[in-house]
Amino acid sequence: MIVLALVAGLGVLATLTALVPRAVRVKLVAGLLGLVEIVGGATAIRVLATNHAIVGHTSSLVPFTGVRIDLTPLGALFTLTTAVVAIAATIHWVGYRRHAMSSVSLSSAFALFVTSLLLVPAAGDIVTFLVLWEVMALSSLVLVAHDHAKRDETRQAAWWYGAMTQGGAALITLGLVVLGGHAANPSFSAIAASASHLPAATRGAVFLVLLVGFGSKAGLVPAHVWLPRAHAEAPAPASALLSGAMVNLGIYGIVLARTLLGVGATWWWLVAGFFGVISALYGSLYAATSTDLKRLLAYSTSDNMGLVVIGLSASGLFAAHNAAASSLALIATLVLVTAHALYKSTLFLGAGSVQYATDERDLDRLGGLARTMPVTTAVIVVGALAVAALPPLNGFGAEWLVVQSLVHGLSGADPVTTVATAVFVAALALTGGLTIVAFVKAVGVGFLGRARSESAEHAREVPVSMRIAPAITAAACVALGVAPGLAITAISRASDAVAPNRSGLTATLSGFHLQALRSAVDPLALALGAVAAALVVAGLRRAGGPRTGAKLRVFEPWGSGRAVTSARMQYTATSFAEPLQRVFDDVLAPQHDLDVSHVLESRYYVERVAYASANDDIVERRLYRPVLALAAVLGVRARGLANGSVHRYLAYGFVVLVIALVVVS
Amino acid sequence: MNLASLLVGAVQLALVVLGGPLLLGLMRVVRSRLEGRVGPPVSQPWRDIAKLARKQRTRPSESSWIFAVAPLVLVATAATVAVLAPLVTLAPPLASSTDFIAVIFVLLVGSVALALAALDTATAFGGMGASRALTIGALVEPALLVAVLALSMPLHSTNLIAIVANGSRHASTLLGPSHLLALCSFIVVILAESGRLPVDNPSTHLELTMIYEALILEYSGPDLAAVTLGESMRLAIWLGLFVNLVAPVGIAATAHPLALVVGLVALTLKVVVVGIVVAIFEVTTAKLRLFRLPELLAGGFILAVLGVVTGAVMR
Amino acid sequence: MNLRHSLQLRHVDAGSCNGCEIEIGSVFGPVYDAERIGARLVASPRHADALLVTGPVTHNMASPLERTYLAMPEPRLVIALGDCARDCGVFSGGYAVAGAVADVVPVDLEIPGCPPHPDEIVSALRRFTNR
Repeated sequence: MIVLALVAGLGVLATLTALVPRAVRVKLVAGLLGLVEIVGGATAIRVLATNHAIVGHTSSLVPFTGVRIDLTPLGALFTLTTAVVAIAATIHWVGYRRHAMSSVSLSSAFALFVTSLLLVPAAGDIVTFLVLWEVMALSSLVLVAHDHAKRDETRQAAWWYGAMTQGGAALITLGLVVLGGHAANPSFSAIAASASHLPAATRGAVFLVLLVGFGSKAGLVPAHVWLPRAHAEAPAPASALLSGAMVNLGIYGIVLARTLLGVGATWWWLVAGFFGVISALYGSLYAATSTDLKRLLAYSTSDNMGLVVIGLSASGLFAAHNAAASSLALIATLVLVTAHALYKSTLFLGAGSVQYATDERDLDRLGGLARTMPVTTAVIVVGALAVAALPPLNGFGAEWLVVQSLVHGLSGADPVTTVATAVFVAALALTGGLTIVAFVKAVGVGFLGRARSESAEHAREVPVSMRIAPAITAAACVALGVAPGLAITAISRASDAVAPNRSGLTATLSGFHLQALRSAVDPLALALGAVAAALVVAGLRRAGGPRTGAKLRVFEPWGSGRAVTSARMQYTATSFAEPLQRVFDDVLAPQHDLDVSHVLESRYYVERVAYASANDDIVERRLYRPVLALAAVLGVRARGLANGSVHRYLAYGFVVLVIALVVVS
Repeated sequence: MNLASLLVGAVQLALVVLGGPLLLGLMRVVRSRLEGRVGPPVSQPWRDIAKLARKQRTRPSESSWIFAVAPLVLVATAATVAVLAPLVTLAPPLASSTDFIAVIFVLLVGSVALALAALDTATAFGGMGASRALTIGALVEPALLVAVLALSMPLHSTNLIAIVANGSRHASTLLGPSHLLALCSFIVVILAESGRLPVDNPSTHLELTMIYEALILEYSGPDLAAVTLGESMRLAIWLGLFVNLVAPVGIAATAHPLALVVGLVALTLKVVVVGIVVAIFEVTTAKLRLFRLPELLAGGFILAVLGVVTGAVMR
Repeated sequence: MNLRHSLQLRHVDAGSCNGCEIEIGSVFGPVYDAERIGARLVASPRHADALLVTGPVTHNMASPLERTYLAMPEPRLVIALGDCARDCGVFSGGYAVAGAVADVVPVDLEIPGCPPHPDEIVSALRRFTNR
């Protein structure tokens, strides 16, 4: 309790420290924030190590209910993940100063955001949770809107983000208040005890409301539209926190809903699974076809959260017939959440470094950075291979566990669950393939080959702190990839808090073992074997070559006999994704505009050809735009109601009163 | 992991390394004969590799370390799988953690490395090859993973050794509709993953029709030797896994030398037969248009889903 | 140089009338089948051991020919196939012609004929592959 108060106090202090003069501001705030993160992380580690929740209640601070703290192992896992991501983001922030991240408002918002992210999972009752949730939402809104004066896109992003996040918060409030109304007090433990007495329909409705509310925070389709905007426009340290920490709390919320309401009915998880599948496919498809590096990463976040929700749904679906598979799915989900936090923050911080060095986010204007920014490229490669779930990185272990839980869950499953499981596996697989396309494109077009613009050509490696920050999370990706045993105890304790672990999952330092399933995987052995083989082949390659003359010659790229001097000979991100875009034409419905103008004298001679293609978000175009347009029309119509006549306004009041009385009686 | 299993792994590795290029040569011979030509000797790929090993390496001026590392990754990942997979025997090293999904993803690392290297060359062909290869790879993946799900259903385990061992012990599972449907979808996957007709024409010289060949246009000398070796090892591994899933006849249950010899001969014979069948199929079929491929791959996916559903119904 | 029964060829048409191309086509066809002696046409000069050049070198093709040669890994050979490649043949003195192949890249072997018979081409290639 006291340590959490310390975290909160130091966090507030860091927020206020932003008022000191500019010269020392960032260093002071970052130093204090580092302390906050270390204390928060250490507290979480202690909870996970001792397996004892930190519980506390004080009636001061907030009127009526007070503040209730309940940091369970589940919450501690999220706090710990956030702490690691936040440490990297803070270090990156120190170097990011040049980009106007050092103003009073942004420094304080950053400090407040980090503090609230660390504390949300520790909230023990509805009011504490909602207050912290709102602090988190508002402080992050300030960060998203950092450049609102200059860029229209930023303003747009802030509007979308603000509207979606407040809408989500309203739903969460509604759901929690309905539950709290039936409980003895607003603490989560009291709610969990009383929720089983509620009628099934109420519980189902509350679950749906919470699913949509928390799902919008996690970026589930179709409530994802804020995500590619906000993540792309926010400054890199904030993007890393949004994607590496804040979306996780949406998942935390869904797990919380399960702890409060119980596993519930099959249809709950079919609905959740449906949204998970849609999000995974939609996110990965747009990631594969995006050309903006940070938008690509944001869509990939949507896709990963979809996979996480698939895992949660599998856990819920299997709970009735196969407790082992159910608990395994939950563990797998939490492994995926932590893995995602690490690799996505690596990627966002790396993308921020690229933006810092080149002022570009468009993949078609990057390239050639492998030679000018070797460290940043290396961390991006690690992050990209991890998100593509390739061994021996942490994404692989997570995806493997999810598939194992699905394979295992088939035993004893009814037909509906069987079909759902097959759909889950197929979605997982297609998503995996599309993610590989997306990230080979991001690395291959954005970092390899020839520089595609002046600014990319003259890019210089970023300051030390910005190189260290993503390297920390990248190193964690490698470490947890080759030695998954490092984290599995903590993660299985966290999942025990929701459903007891019956999966028989054990992890040695080098791999996962599932005794009951006769399945195991050993990333360390795979990595060592492959490295040994690669060294042998490298030795052979070195021994080969001609007896006389140079063994290696550098020559211009082969351009069928032409001198390839232009970077425009290379494939662009757009052309790279073109086959996929054509295959999924019906889903993406990209807009093409071809305009051929002929010379005046003859239409057989072309004067100018203009071609434009846009691949904007189809959910936004087909779902949100019409609704917004309708709202705008209704708003204009509604103006007619307010013509300035006081009598009329009094009449409105009277009519509403009468209606209210009729309804109440 | 003991000495015997390591030895067994070494035997498998040697077989795949030596046999991979020979399998490629055999398939070329079969194709040549059916086209009315004598064709190259079966050992031709090895002769090419030996010659390439003595030539100079070249590197496009725009490339980075990725280009240099990719051939090593390709061979190394194939070699890792060759040691661990149940090809000759059911007792390779680390048998308990030879997972089907891990095997697939390790091979995938090689493909990704090659695609990144192709983009690193800064040429149009490299990007084209990478784009096409990965598009196909993305569409193959659902068929592959759902097929694995169907194959793993009898045991509820994705351990590759357990799956193959189950087939060799209970021959009746091999004829189950679920197993057969999954294997049909596996055929589509193998043709796509190893770049054979009707997905890609491995002997094309026209850059614009290429998929996998376009990825490696910039490699020369020992690098190209490594890529050729790696690709042929992957083909041998895919076909070897396939034959052992279809008919695990003769596979050595222990590391006993006699059993190993039997396993070695049996695997070689089975892969030769399947290689010849694939080559005959290649001669008699035309390459599909790139944008007709999704239909073929979706067909593979549907077969795999049917495999899962029939597996669940039959139980 | 011992090419160990393996000879990869990169073909460059430097301005040929396509007579030699027809003969090359039949060299790799069922009747003469140069693949049986280990020769193969490849898609990239990086994969090639020898450059197979046909035709007189036109002004437009002089630079691509040289680049193709430079793009090949060492050791590398150049084979000038047909009379035009050797000394410009009937195109000698034409306004578009820059010269014979030997004027642009060093030639290791010449195969005379207009066009050369496939048999002669195969036997020339055999001098490299030793088969």
